[in-house]
Amino acid sequence: MAESGARADTPAPADEPLLQTVDLTKHFHLGGLLSKQLLHAVDGVNITIREREILALVGESGSGKSTVARLLAMVYRPTSGQITFRGRSVHDLRSRKDLLWYRRQVPMVFQDPYSSINPVFRVSHGVMRNLQLHRPELDRVGRDAEVERLFEAVGLTPAREMLDKFPYEMSGGQRQRVGFAAALAVQPRLILADEPVSMLDVSIRAGILNLMIDLRDRLGVSMFYITHDIASARYVADRIMVMYAGHVVETGPVEDVLAGPRHPYTQLLLAAVPDPRQKTSFSTSAAIGEPPKVVDPAPGCRFRLRCPLAVEVCARETPLLRPMAPAHQAACHVASPNTALASEG
Amino acid sequence: MAAIDTTLTRKPPSSSSHQAVARVSKAILRNRKATLGLVMFLILLFVALFPDLITSKPWNESVVPPAVIAQCQQDAVAAGKVPNCSQFPPTWPDYPLGTTQLNYDVLSQLVHATGVTLFTTLLISLLVTAISVVVGVTAAYAGGRGDLGLSFTTDVFLVIPALPLLIVLSTYLASGGIAAIVFVMTITSWAFGARQLRAQGMSIRSKEFLEAARVRGERSWYVIFAEILPNMLPLIVAAFLGTSVYVVATMAGLQFLGFGNVGDTLTWGTMIYQSQQSMALESGNIWWLLSPIIAVAFLGTSFALLNYAFDEIANPALRKSNRRRRAQPAA
Amino acid sequence: MPSPLLEVRGLCVDYVTETMDVRAVDHVDLSLEPGEFLAIVGESGCGKSTLLFAIARLLSPPAEISAGSVMFAGRNLVALDEEELRALRWSDYSVVMQSAMNALNPTLSLAAQFRDTMEAHGTVSSAEIRARSIEVLRLVGIDELHLASYPHQLSGGMRQRAMIAMALLFTPDLVIMDEPTSALDVVGQRSLMTQIKELQQRLGFAVIFVTHDMSLVSHYSDRLAVMYAGQLVEVASTESLFAEPLHPYSRGLLDAFPSIRGPRRALTGIPGSPPDLGHPPPGCRFQPRCPMAMEVCATASPDLAPVGQSLVQCFLYQTEPARAV
Repeated sequence: MAESGARADTPAPADEPLLQTVDLTKHFHLGGLLSKQLLHAVDGVNITIREREILALVGESGSGKSTVARLLAMVYRPTSGQITFRGRSVHDLRSRKDLLWYRRQVPMVFQDPYSSINPVFRVSHGVMRNLQLHRPELDRVGRDAEVERLFEAVGLTPAREMLDKFPYEMSGGQRQRVGFAAALAVQPRLILADEPVSMLDVSIRAGILNLMIDLRDRLGVSMFYITHDIASARYVADRIMVMYAGHVVETGPVEDVLAGPRHPYTQLLLAAVPDPRQKTSFSTSAAIGEPPKVVDPAPGCRFRLRCPLAVEVCARETPLLRPMAPAHQAACHVASPNTALASEG
Repeated sequence: MAAIDTTLTRKPPSSSSHQAVARVSKAILRNRKATLGLVMFLILLFVALFPDLITSKPWNESVVPPAVIAQCQQDAVAAGKVPNCSQFPPTWPDYPLGTTQLNYDVLSQLVHATGVTLFTTLLISLLVTAISVVVGVTAAYAGGRGDLGLSFTTDVFLVIPALPLLIVLSTYLASGGIAAIVFVMTITSWAFGARQLRAQGMSIRSKEFLEAARVRGERSWYVIFAEILPNMLPLIVAAFLGTSVYVVATMAGLQFLGFGNVGDTLTWGTMIYQSQQSMALESGNIWWLLSPIIAVAFLGTSFALLNYAFDEIANPALRKSNRRRRAQPAA
Repeated sequence: MPSPLLEVRGLCVDYVTETMDVRAVDHVDLSLEPGEFLAIVGESGCGKSTLLFAIARLLSPPAEISAGSVMFAGRNLVALDEEELRALRWSDYSVVMQSAMNALNPTLSLAAQFRDTMEAHGTVSSAEIRARSIEVLRLVGIDELHLASYPHQLSGGMRQRAMIAMALLFTPDLVIMDEPTSALDVVGQRSLMTQIKELQQRLGFAVIFVTHDMSLVSHYSDRLAVMYAGQLVEVASTESLFAEPLHPYSRGLLDAFPSIRGPRRALTGIPGSPPDLGHPPPGCRFQPRCPMAMEVCATASPDLAPVGQSLVQCFLYQTEPARAV
């Protein structure tokens, strides 16, 4: 397969973004009925996804990435902030017709291939339901043909045989392909992929990642790829967003961010990724400590307690995303556009 | 083009329902308890459906020829005793289990009552199971306040002492016939199953395929009945079988105590009641009392056997393991 | 030449029930020198955890060791009974599990668990117990005030480190680890691995480390054993395996990792799935998925044979067996 770094080939994105969020926020109530504690899962997140683009959201546990996915999938309602899809505010969607319209636009692929498919039905069940709910123009014959076509599109061949299988007869990788087939059934412009390869064996991941790239190139489907694995994010994504403790800390074109990470957390992440082909050093100074549980936080940078470069202002003021380079932003008081901070040594 | 996974080397399944039936049948035949329980149940079902093949006599008319009664009365008078010409003991081939106080044929009564008892038992069990499924699964799926409300209701019904309630209701609804018994038993029995099913529902609730169903736009009731329920079939079947055992025994017990015996409807429990009232054990036809008791035990046992066996079929961990012994490892 | 600390010969583990008969570990040979860090790498279902538990004699029915020997400290662990094993366990070798929440008792504080373990091995003086507990916690970088903590009060990374501390209570010669980092985030994993390596270099114990993530151990292990479908397919020094993987599976595995540095390359992965161990394919088990498969591979099974300093099980490096198939 040829090198797919040829992003210049993809058509220029349309002017209107596909999906946009402004100041997306989600807080959860903690404790019992009388407690007023709020868990700040997601705070002030701005996302823009265009046509034919794969945006990766990278974060560890507690970063809020799964919550973002569920906000976009309308599983949770935002505490505040706006989600707009093709100009329509999601907040205004009330009627069943509206909701179905949205669900057709933004289907989701889930993380766990062993629990995301109903074990008592054949694997074609979910795909069929999607067709029944969202493609009313198809009759029975049309649906049968379409299911077959979808299975072929995701590489599950021979489709006729695969359709009839039960989930227990399929491997993890095959089940994830079924998940993509179900998502494609609604003819979406955007697919939310919540850690679709995390639970698959390493040797199988490449197939799914390549499928995602293929869907973008051949069918023009955008993807919102959520992961904790920055290496896979680099492989599939055009742009990348890094989240920490509910905030977006860095965002930009994937090669730019990886080559010149500005935010200390991004640098820590990159240093922590073991690369079998290259020895890197990893100092444990910032590695000690874990992402905090953000409950009723005071202002200030949420990474400051682990940050080797923290200064006084970091405890006082929450840093906002500032431009560091064209299309490349980082939320850090210390980072500057001119100097790419030296990676951990 | 994306890399293509090769298929696993397994035979493609035939249609799903064929396969399920074949699997269950094989499992039943392999398990002795299941086979026995099923055979017992089928015997009773046969008797219920084809009563005429067992007996041709009526169940609610005297079967003792008037001549015999007359003779019996004469004999009694001659011997200076009070005539007591009823509850004749078993006499082959006229009345193999004897007669009742009104000289009805006990065997015919038993056979006739089989259909009623079986039908009532199954009806109650089905209703109870259906209600506990709806309440339990909805509570599990709804969560939050819906769950709170449904669980509270379940707990209330669970805590109410069943027997006194049964007795009170039976007395009130004495004229209601079979429908009354069905109603009374149903509302006092559904809560237990509802709790169990809610517990299992909760464990399924976190599965991603339910979230996937929501995200693709399914309505709540669809998720509950078309996605969750099929996953709970083993527990539901087990609940049904367990409930049936309970219903068989409790209905007989209720009627034995004198409640729910209504008019023309004859069940085994009613036979037990009537025979007790007529002192069958002490001084009459003992088989009038014993035969319905044995019948009740027979039906209860068949359900119980099926219940145990089903547990074993559904939960492989309970099966007797026939592990082959391998040679001990060389030191 | 010092004798190996651990020597496994021809080890076979079978799962036998009335419905299945599966050989999960098939004639595995391994040796481990004192102080060596050996990683066993393989994907799900390859049998690596089963192998690990077999070596540690922690298998439960229906899994059982059906053949082979595990020589440790001059004795064959397979032949020992439970009492003899107990004497060795924790003092000579210890085990670190995948999840601390499974290995640690959630109802006991750390201090209580350490005390239980030490008392079970004969230490009675509470002053000694306390001193040793503080010492091992300090080794892994946990403050002594956490002795009073319960597992759920500690963060994920700390819990894993507490498990390692527990494993080091008696400074065993061998610590067996089953994917101890899989519950942690990337940063936490890296940090824990660094810590384990430091401890190993300081205290000198040998490590057998099972993982599905080859890259995780790439900077830490001395040798790597790659496992596939119950068999070892390649055993080599870490450096040479990463520089030049010999077995096609090792190569495929290595190529399946997307890289964050250097130019972007297309990934191919390894299409297909591991074989059903109940019915393994005749001949080489990797053959159905192997891009370099030859005719002989479908009918004959290669041996694990030396190629230079490594061991490889592949017909690319050996001739067909002389005996009839």
